[in-house]
Parts: sequence; structure tokens; C-alpha cells
Amino acid sequence: MINLKKIRKAILTAVWFMFLTFPLMVMKVNTIENTVQWRWINLAYIGISAFIFSLFWEDLLKRRDNIASKDKKKSINNKISRKLENKKIRNISLFVLILIVVLFPFIMSMYQTSIITTALMYVVLGLGLNIVVGFGGLLHLGYAAFYAVGAYTYGLLYYHFGLSFWLCLPLGALFSALFGIILGFPILRLRGDYLAIVTLAFGEITKLVLENWNDFSFGPSGIANIPRPMFFGIKLKLAEVTNFTYFIAIGLTILTIIVIKRLESSKIGRAWEAMREDEIACQSMGIDITKAKLTAFSMGAVWAGIMGVLFAAKTTFINPASFTTWESIVILCVVVIGGMGSIPGVIVGALIFILTPEYLRAFSEYRMLIFGLALVIMMIFRPGGIIPKIRKTHQFKVKEVKE
Amino acid sequence: MLKIEHISTYYGNIQALKDISISVSEGEIITLIGANGAGKSTTLMSLCGIVPVRSGKITFDGQDITTMTPDKIVSLGISQVPEGRRIFPLLSVKENLDMGAFLRNDKEGIKRDIEYIYTLFPRLAERRNQQGGTLSGGEQQMLAISRALMAKPRLLLLDEPSLGLAPLIVQQIFEIIKKVNEENKTTVFLVEQNANMALKIAHRGYVLETGKITMTDNADKLLSNEDVKKAYLGI
Ligand SMILES: Nc1ncnc2c1ncn2[C@@H]1O[C@H](COP(=O)(O)OP(=O)(O)O)[C@@H](O)[C@H]1O
Ligand SMILES: [Mg+2]
Repeated sequence: MINLKKIRKAILTAVWFMFLTFPLMVMKVNTIENTVQWRWINLAYIGISAFIFSLFWEDLLKRRDNIASKDKKKSINNKISRKLENKKIRNISLFVLILIVVLFPFIMSMYQTSIITTALMYVVLGLGLNIVVGFGGLLHLGYAAFYAVGAYTYGLLYYHFGLSFWLCLPLGALFSALFGIILGFPILRLRGDYLAIVTLAFGEITKLVLENWNDFSFGPSGIANIPRPMFFGIKLKLAEVTNFTYFIAIGLTILTIIVIKRLESSKIGRAWEAMREDEIACQSMGIDITKAKLTAFSMGAVWAGIMGVLFAAKTTFINPASFTTWESIVILCVVVIGGMGSIPGVIVGALIFILTPEYLRAFSEYRMLIFGLALVIMMIFRPGGIIPKIRKTHQFKVKEVKE
Repeated sequence: MLKIEHISTYYGNIQALKDISISVSEGEIITLIGANGAGKSTTLMSLCGIVPVRSGKITFDGQDITTMTPDKIVSLGISQVPEGRRIFPLLSVKENLDMGAFLRNDKEGIKRDIEYIYTLFPRLAERRNQQGGTLSGGEQQMLAISRALMAKPRLLLLDEPSLGLAPLIVQQIFEIIKKVNEENKTTVFLVEQNANMALKIAHRGYVLETGKITMTDNADKLLSNEDVKKAYLGI
């Protein structure tokens, strides 16, 4: 299993990693005292972990290939989904899940509730972007712009006209969808890299406009004192409103899942699928590709708009800094890591992706490093995402013809 | 049934079709033969509305379809098997066929037609749950034709179905095209480089050279025409 050649290779890898991460992990510049702190112990950690990791790397790869080639029925996903087919088990787990969801805010602290609410918002955002990227196959790097449209819809409509959260929720969805269509038109003919570049620019332009058009959006200082959601016209206390926001997020998440599941199996969902696979063939099937693209963009944007409104209400303060390209990338990562096109995948992806950094605050300095590492490892071992999309296979038997 | 009158098509400033006129009547198999780059695919794409026509007129059953969008044209009963097959690689055979019936709503009819396809191509029946992309070239071509048939077209457009296939498979596919034409009265517009095979099953043929129609006649006459023999049949 372990021979000299492997060990030598592992040592080389370890040295290389120590060299590579040296500036980041060892040197720490103290800008106040103008001194450099040398954290040599980190170097040892890196060296040892890289050594061990590389020693077992090939075995891990082999195991992956074994699993991939093995009968699919034995994979974990299938085990879970087969267990869930059992009615009793499914009902019990559903009941437990509902119990946890309902009791969570009353058991846990306000801080925990707030974090989970944020994670749920990313579930919805991920599911929304999944329509565009996963179903439609259109790489969209400016999704945060739609999120911004929702947030500013509520912020501005409240500021100027005093409109309430509940009224702004559908309005945010509407404006966002309109924005999706407006973006959709100029990029109808684009695909792949070009589409990515244009959507990236679109996200950036939206942010720049919000930053610089002071008369409209109050520039970088943003809009403050946006009211939190009210409960049938009653203003709630902070602790109560945190729980209430949590339940709103739960409600919206469930709504999103139901609607998107419907969309996926509808005619338009099939049109998206065809569009993702081959545009010319899609047209030869009689699918209106213009309509398919525009609906993908607007249906995707709707959820970002809704979440934008919720975001504004949750934080009570919005400014352009919340809607950077980084935000778009995070949402895209949620989709890709979770499993493109897979609804449960995106849900799990969002929870892991958003919650892990929250609970690993101790390592916040190395957040990007861990992030990158996790992404690379993910892509090697589970290229289809955490829960890859399971393609439905339709079975139907040919009746035997009696002679 | 179909009338193409004096159409010209451009890619940017380059003229790909020069004043093309073709007419197809109900129940016929028409073939358009020509060398690589002659503009055969462009003719089909113009006909389907995927590439816009700059001048001229196309009518189907007397209805002007020159500027119609591709999806409208399909809904009239024209369905295309594009060049290079272009099946949906991640979808199963069955799902590909379903996709072909996208515009139809009669569930029973769709089911019946899928069964008909499976009797036409038993190989597809065996592989109904296999992903389209993992089929062999010949099977993919069968799937592409079947998918187009699922739309119940009155006019079937085929772009080089023989491309890259072994002669034996080509033979099979052409026989089935003929069968479909005879059994269902589906009119066929066949675009081919393989002039010999195409002219053998077609009723009439057109010869296309660098964007221009240079000859048209009954298929058997073209087969014995000296110029055609020299240029396309390699005799
Ligand atoms: N998308 C395109 N853009 C520019 N020129 C094209 C395009 N498609 C085809 N052409 C040109 O149009 C001419 C006809 O091509 P095509 O219709 O594909 O020929 P065929 O199908 O007979 O081989 C060729 O000269 C080709 O280079
Ligand atoms: Mg061609």
C-alpha cells in the first residue's frame, strides 16, 4: 500500500504546499507596530496535513472510481431515497422535521434563528438561480442585481410612499421579473462565456448605478430605518420579529420549492431542458426559444426579488455593498456545489455553504482558503454536486403480443 | 404543398443562397443534392425560419411562412432532422421522443406513436432508457428521425441523414424513410451529399451548386444524367 515512492511524492507535495501557503499562513504583518509576526507552527501543520493527505490521495481517487463504477443502487443517495419510499419512515421523518422547524426559534437563541433565516434566504436564492443555470443552462453571473432590485423596491417604496413589507413582497417580485426580461432581450443570442461576461457586467452596472445615482438610491450611504415585517399591522418586539421573520423565510422557502417543482415538470420546464441541451434541436421541436429564455430569466429573478425585500426588512438597512459580484458568486457556488438542476441539492448546498462559515468564525481569517480547498475537493469527488440531479427514467413495458 | 420562390439568404455580407426555387407536392420524396458547402443546410435552415431569408417567398399550403418564427413553422406540420443529428445527449431515448411531441397534447396519441416508432426501430425500443448521447451514430440518427416523426409532420425535412454512417446503416435508414413516406403519406424533403442513395429513393431531385440550383428532373433521369454521374456519383 504505502511504498517509498509514494512517501517521496508525499514529501515533495508537502514541501510544495508549505512553500505555496507560506506568505498567507506564516507571515502576519502587524500594520500598527510595523512588525512581522512569524507563525512557524502553522507551517508544520500545513506540512503534516499535506503529507498525510497526499499519501492517501490516490487511494481516495481509486475509491471514488470504484464507487462510481459500482451498481448505482448501492449509492447513499439511492439508499436514502429508497428508505423514503417507505411510507412509515417518510411520515416519521417528515414529522420530526416539521417539529424541529417549528420549535427551532423557541429553543435556540435569537442569534441562531437569525443565522438560519439567512441560510433559508440563500436556499431560495439558490433555487431561483437554479432555474436559470441548472434548468436553462444559462450561466448567469449577475444574479445579485435582481436581489438588489427587490431590496431597493422595498427601501424606496417605503421611503417615498410608506408602503408596507407585505405589499412590497409581490411588487419586488414583479419589478425583478421585469428586470429579468429587460436583461433577457439583449442577451437572447448569447451563450456560454459571452453570456457570462454580459451578465457579470450587468450585475456590476447595477451596483455602480446604485452607488452613483445619489438622487435615486442615496448612493453608498444607502437607505436606513426600513421597518421590519409587521404581524397583521402590529409592530412586534425585536425578539418576536426575529422569530416572525424566520417563519416568513420558512413559508417562502416552502412556496419556492412547490412552485419550482411544478415549473420543472411543466411544459416550460421541458422547454428549458431542451434549450440547455441543444438550442437548434430545441427550435426544431417547435419550442419558442425566445420565450423559453425570457421566462427562465424572469422566473429566476422573481425569487431574488422576493428575497431582496425580505433582506431589506431583516437588516433594516440596505446599501450597494450588499449586492456585489461576490454575492452573485456565492449564490452560484450554492447551486454548483449543491448540484446543478437538483432541488434537494441546492437546499443542502445553501445550508452547508452559508452555515459552515458562520459556525467556523474562529477560522474566519482562512475562510477563503478553506472555501477554495472545499470547492476543489468537491469538484474532484462529487462533480455533480452534493446531491446530483437524478434523471428520471421512465419505465414502461411493451405488452407481449399473443399470436 | 411547399413552394420556395426565388429566395436569397446571406450570412452577413456573404450570399449563401442565390435565387433558389423549389417546389414540393404532397406525398413526394424530393431530394436536394450538392457538394459540401453548396448551401443545402442553409436552404433547410431558411425554410425552418432559423436563418432569415433576405428576399423571395416561401409558402406552405398557400400560407406565407417566409418570416415566421421556427416554432410557428413546426406547428404548421414541418419538422426538421437537423444536420449532425443534434439529439438531446443527456435525455433518455424515451425523453427525446417526448420532446419531439412537445407541441402535441394528445397523450394517447403520443403513446401510440411511440409504440409505432419502436416497431419501426426495434433498436430504439431496446435502448429506451439509455441516454441519447451514449447511442451509436446510427442509433442517434434513428432517434433524430423518430423524434421529428413524433411531431406528426406533414413535411419531414432531413439534413444529410447518411453523414458519417456505415453504408449498411445508411441503407437501413433510407429504407425506413421510404417506408414512412409510403405508409403515412409523409412528404419528405431530403438533403444529401450521398447522391446515389438519395436519388434511388426520391421521386424528383434538385442539384445545388454554390448556392444556385443548376438542374432539376425526375430522380431516375438525374441518376442517368452524364453531368450528375461525373460530378456526384463518381462514375
Ligand atoms: N453560420 C454561418 N456563418 C457564415 N457562413 C456560413 C454559416 N453556415 C454556413 N455558412 C456558409 O454558407 C455556405 C453554405 O453552407 P451550408 O449550407 O452549410 O452547405 P452544405 O450544407 O451544402 O454543406 C458555405 O459557404 C458556408 O461556409
Ligand atoms: Mg450541410
